[in-house]
Amino acid sequence: MSLDVNTIFQIAGIGIIVAMIQTVLKQMGKDDWAQWVTLIGFVVILYMAATMIDDLFEKIKSVFLSM
Amino acid sequence: MDILQIVGLGLAVTFLVLVLKEKSPVFAVVVTLFAAAMIFIMLVDQIRLVLDMLQKMAESAHLNGVYVATILKIIGIAYVAEFGAQIAREAGQGSLAGKIELAGKVAILVLAVPILTSIVETVMNIMPQMGGG
Repeated sequence: MSLDVNTIFQIAGIGIIVAMIQTVLKQMGKDDWAQWVTLIGFVVILYMAATMIDDLFEKIKSVFLSM
Repeated sequence: MDILQIVGLGLAVTFLVLVLKEKSPVFAVVVTLFAAAMIFIMLVDQIRLVLDMLQKMAESAHLNGVYVATILKIIGIAYVAEFGAQIAREAGQGSLAGKIELAGKVAILVLAVPILTSIVETVMNIMPQMGGG
């Protein structure tokens, strides 16, 4: 449970850091790199969220399809 | 599950999303999705308790197990469809949310078909007796 809360803060932290990196890279004039950083950060976060959703659906299945 | 835990988590995530939204809206949506899934996971155990009680009551009333299983499935579909639709609506995809809800409604209707059929059959069994008698 506490691990899961940590994951939420992890995701938010990744989001903030990626936004900062993006700003810095844009200031440096490397727009394509900024794009890639955003994309990779998003994929990582989406993987975490997908794991969680999978867990949730498995639990719902075990509860509602138990009969 | 603890109600204080859940409310605290919800408030913390709300402020996180507020901060995150101006920086990058996509990450804010994912954080919301994650928090929603987590709250749901915390609630699932409690829902299981309620459903167990329901099942026991149905057994003691000698109800047909198929009907109870169908009702449980329908409740599950309603929860999942609502979850998905709310996430989609929160992300600004109102039409997609509407489609998810439509899919949930259709799935529930399909599950309810056997029960409706048995109701109609029962009524048809009663009707000729009334007409003939």
